[in-house]
Amino acid sequence: MIVAERKTIPEMVEILKPHKKILVLGCGTCVTVCLSGGEREVSIISSALRIASRIQGLNFEIAELTIERQCDNIFIEQAAEAIQKADAVLSTACGAGVQAIAERYPQKPVYAGLNTTFLGILEERGVWTEKCAACGACVLHKYGGICPITRCAKRMMNGPCGGSREERCEVRKDRPCAWQLIFKRLKDINQLERLKEIEPAKNWNSSLSGGPRMLIREDHKI
Amino acid sequence: MNNNFEPKIVAFCCHYCAYAAADLAGSGRLQYPPNIRIIRSPCTGRLEIDFFMKAFEAGADGVLVAGCEEGSCHFKEGNYLAKRRVNTTKQLLLEAGLEPERLRMVNVSAASSQKFVEYVRDMVETVAKLGPTRNKKTTTKEKTGAI
Ligand code: SF4
Ligand code: SF4
Repeated sequence: MIVAERKTIPEMVEILKPHKKILVLGCGTCVTVCLSGGEREVSIISSALRIASRIQGLNFEIAELTIERQCDNIFIEQAAEAIQKADAVLSTACGAGVQAIAERYPQKPVYAGLNTTFLGILEERGVWTEKCAACGACVLHKYGGICPITRCAKRMMNGPCGGSREERCEVRKDRPCAWQLIFKRLKDINQLERLKEIEPAKNWNSSLSGGPRMLIREDHKI
Repeated sequence: MNNNFEPKIVAFCCHYCAYAAADLAGSGRLQYPPNIRIIRSPCTGRLEIDFFMKAFEAGADGVLVAGCEEGSCHFKEGNYLAKRRVNTTKQLLLEAGLEPERLRMVNVSAASSQKFVEYVRDMVETVAKLGPTRNKKTTTKEKTGAI
């Protein structure tokens, strides 16, 4: 899932200051699951904005709405009326959702209420961790299913950097050393031999470094 | 401080402890300031950040959350959940421009009517010192809620 975090209320107020009628638009998918931009968070953010607006005499008129998915035109339609009525939209979707709304409403200021942070999973209650950097050419099969690009701070592709202490990464001591995990996992699945293969320098063309990406499926086009 | 200021405080009380303690305080003829409006909750674990924010948004000068003593929640961990949510809400209040001291969580057992009364008095005193909430409803018609 896409993981995102709320911007602070003062940051949101600063962004919204020039406007009066504001729609706080939530998304019912990833950001609902990571508890940052779903219906409940929209309600909380809206209350905080109303309070801030009264204290600062900004006269915001805040409306709330949450749709199933902001990155999907089919669902965006359901927000049409609410968006039309508003002077500006504060979207609490991921960056893709915010841009989908903005593209659909070229005359309407649309702002991001969240900082979209990573692709990850719910590790335990209240803790999300990054697992994939969407590099565009997945090499998980070579590393026992543990991504060295995302989970090794130095993106080491041919073994550990040598700095890990007690299975912890030397860059982020609160995170396990990815190479420790890779070694353990390959050993468990009897694939330690894989580490003998030298991985050539990665071609980053398929990643964001090669420019914005797109996916075209001719078989699905009409 | 406005001497005539009578704070309006919403008190979310757990059915299994604080609500019973408030009831007992009443039966025992214990006096406490009439500034609180009690809302009974099945457990403080049922309370969400949104509930506290809505109370403040509606103009409450303070919010008191009263749950069971730590370790004796009827549903095992509801009061710990509430404690974390209260702390998170304090941060939000600060960001929105309200004093976090307007929100407080206390722990009382069903038998501690005297303690409940003391907590209420203390909360009223704290909020009275802070003065009325700066979140005053504007006179212009405000639109709130879902479309
Ligand atoms: S190798 Fe690339 S696609 Fe595969 S998990 Fe890592 S970042 Fe994601
Ligand atoms: S300690 Fe491990 S995870 Fe951290 S940078 Fe070195 S090899 Fe990568």
